[in-house]
Amino acid sequence: MSKVIKIKKGLRINLAGKAGKTMANIPTAALYALKPSDFIGVVPKLLVKEGDEVKAGSPLFCDKVKPEILFTSPVSGTVKEILRGDRRKILSITVEPDGKGQYKSFTRGAANSLNRETIVENLLKSGLWPSLKMRPYGIIARPQDKPKSIFISGMDSAPLGVDYNFIMKGLEREFQAGIDILSKLTDGKIHLGVDAKAETCAAFTGAQNLVLTSYQGPHPAGNVGTHIHKLDPINKGEVVWTLDPQQVVAIGHLFTEGRYDATRIIALTGSEVKNTGYFKMVSGAHLSTILANNVKGSNVRIIGGNVLTGSLLDSDDFLGYYEPQITVIPEGNHYEFMGWIAPGFNKFSFSHTFFSWLTPNKEYIVDTNIKGGHRALMITGNFEKVFPFNILPMQLLKAIIIEDIDLMEQLGIYEVTEEDFALCEFIDTSKTEIQSIVRKGLDLMVKEMS
Amino acid sequence: MKGLRNYLNKIKPNFEKGGKLEKFHSLFDSVETLLFVPNKVTYSGSHIRDAIDMKRTMIMVVLAMVPALLFGMWNVGYHHFLSIGTYADKSFGEVFFFGFLKVLPIILVSYGTGLTIEIIFAQIKHHDVPEGFFVTGMLIPLILPVNIPLWMVALATAFAVIIGVEAFGGTGMNIFNPALLARAFLFFAYPSEMSGDKVWVAGLPEGTGVVDGFSGATPLAHLAQNEASKLADFSDMFFGFIPGSIGETSVLAILIGAFILVFTGIGSWKIMLSGVLGALAMGLTFQLVGIMNPSIENAYMHIPAYYHLVMGGFAFGIVFMATDPVSASQTEKGKWIYGFLIGIIAVLIRVVNPAYPEGVMLAILLGNAWASLIDHYVIEANIKKRLKRVKVKSTI
Repeated sequence: MSKVIKIKKGLRINLAGKAGKTMANIPTAALYALKPSDFIGVVPKLLVKEGDEVKAGSPLFCDKVKPEILFTSPVSGTVKEILRGDRRKILSITVEPDGKGQYKSFTRGAANSLNRETIVENLLKSGLWPSLKMRPYGIIARPQDKPKSIFISGMDSAPLGVDYNFIMKGLEREFQAGIDILSKLTDGKIHLGVDAKAETCAAFTGAQNLVLTSYQGPHPAGNVGTHIHKLDPINKGEVVWTLDPQQVVAIGHLFTEGRYDATRIIALTGSEVKNTGYFKMVSGAHLSTILANNVKGSNVRIIGGNVLTGSLLDSDDFLGYYEPQITVIPEGNHYEFMGWIAPGFNKFSFSHTFFSWLTPNKEYIVDTNIKGGHRALMITGNFEKVFPFNILPMQLLKAIIIEDIDLMEQLGIYEVTEEDFALCEFIDTSKTEIQSIVRKGLDLMVKEMS
Repeated sequence: MKGLRNYLNKIKPNFEKGGKLEKFHSLFDSVETLLFVPNKVTYSGSHIRDAIDMKRTMIMVVLAMVPALLFGMWNVGYHHFLSIGTYADKSFGEVFFFGFLKVLPIILVSYGTGLTIEIIFAQIKHHDVPEGFFVTGMLIPLILPVNIPLWMVALATAFAVIIGVEAFGGTGMNIFNPALLARAFLFFAYPSEMSGDKVWVAGLPEGTGVVDGFSGATPLAHLAQNEASKLADFSDMFFGFIPGSIGETSVLAILIGAFILVFTGIGSWKIMLSGVLGALAMGLTFQLVGIMNPSIENAYMHIPAYYHLVMGGFAFGIVFMATDPVSASQTEKGKWIYGFLIGIIAVLIRVVNPAYPEGVMLAILLGNAWASLIDHYVIEANIKKRLKRVKVKSTI
């Protein structure tokens, strides 16, 4: 029986449009892409040009600062376009698949037959290294680090979050292979957090070489940052790595099959989706493969990831590297007459100032309207109610705003990334862009500390 | 509503940059956002946002004050007719309407002055008009005596907004509760209009037709003059049938407001509770001194400690003013200390300071001054606790 940790602070946002438990295969898309913007802090250096032939696992670009980290093509085909934006910033590198399914081959082998260097090199070359993120800073892990522990969250408590117990069915062997490989990268433990309230899948319960912990409570009970804080908090100078269960599977696959398989199971969620569900598809696929004829109306917001932390996409965009879901909700670009004073039976709010508190179990349709104007940070005590860390969120935020590095350090900047502040941003009456402030603070720390 | 929206859309370009009425864009914005929640959308971070905004928050505080306001209006009429001996002949409506007519001008002057100044500042700074004045504008009338001259209300409001808020950088940046500053300003500038027996009952200063034996003094004044025998019943003080500032007399009405604030999650119950505990702790200490020294000549020391909770502006101050999120302690642990100190100081000033019969206002202003210091130590404690974690680990 695994240890159960109860999280009391937080907020369950009950939205309409949960993914149904159906699995479908998505046929090959017409176009795939890798977007440098998915990788925080990476300055891309192109390794291909338009017209080049690539295999799945062939590098498309590398990081200018750390050229050993390669970002590889999810499919085999031809580099069709290198799309640039303002100041020639690379927006995406698109690959037109040839349908042959050719894979670049990488080192195979069981974990105990390989040394750490080979494993790291294999991950770097295959393009799976970026799936390892480090804390502090929430950026791609540094190959020279040896983390004190590795954390994997097998639960998603965010609104409309994916069900890993469903996704991981039948992936027991690959998951275990991935865990075995990861255990060679750290001298510490590998922690896997699971949902205490759900029936945990065999891939998680049967896994060896890791510490299984159950978490119970509202979001952010499933956030990996919450797990780290409860089990092995980060102090100055320490490094922890995190990754998603599906990326563990991909690592397992790389070492058992010797190839980079970018297939992922993606949840399609949100109130504006006609048929929600889970879809097996290749990472980087054009969104039309999953969204065509499946979205209600046209005034919608397509989000890569969940509604609290995901990235803004449009219908001509591509599936991101990290996100296990696509969410579609209504756009909120409309005025509402006297909305701030209306009784609000249909408005979700953390506060009890709307009559929606009468219906706590209702599934709400929430649009993207900011619902007010930007104001000074005035209301206190609310962030603390949804922030289950022994960190003073408001004070840390203010330290970031004034760029006081010492104070940021003392108040716990090393332990958090922007997703830990997502609920604070959601409930904030001043409508401050808190996650982007946290990211600025983290970027500043990276700059100052390296 | 479509017509109204279309009209606003039509005139909006005039107020935007380059438009002929650009100078009035803050005024237009405030009217527009009052009528319609804007159409702005998120683009990064959290794509969805809580339905609450600053307007909603502030209007909830105003709503929480409505019971105290309505009772205050009735009480103004009640005491007026009581003072001239005609209460028995009047209907409920007549009593309330008299108070309504007395109180309404004070509210109008408070809002009128404050909002005008806020709009001017917003215009100069190219900001939106802050909603904080929704609350301040209602707080000021409720903590004033009904006989206050209207020009003083205007002057005090202007002082509170300009010196108390805008001089610090605007709403959210002030260190003192603006409404209390307005009251403190009047208290020190025009003491005769703010204290004594004559100011609390409408029409009393003129003195015409006042029945014999009607004093118009508040319970605190009775005690300050060591006239404990004239003290009103506990129930009268709890329900509010006593002279006093317009909104401060009825603890019951204030408790309804406290419930609204705590239930909606806007007011801090920690500050309210710790304030009450602080007042009781100090009150009990003095009560004990009184019991041990029966000959002591301080009527305050011979009353039960819980009387402090229903007398004067204590309940109103602790519910509506100590909890002001801007000027109070901002850390959760700090809120306990902050409230407790206010409770202690309020009773301390009442009992042992002969100059002021009421100590709540000064206690909260002192609390405001200490709030940052309290927070500083709470933050330090958090930092130390986190550093300790490293040491514990390194010894293993």
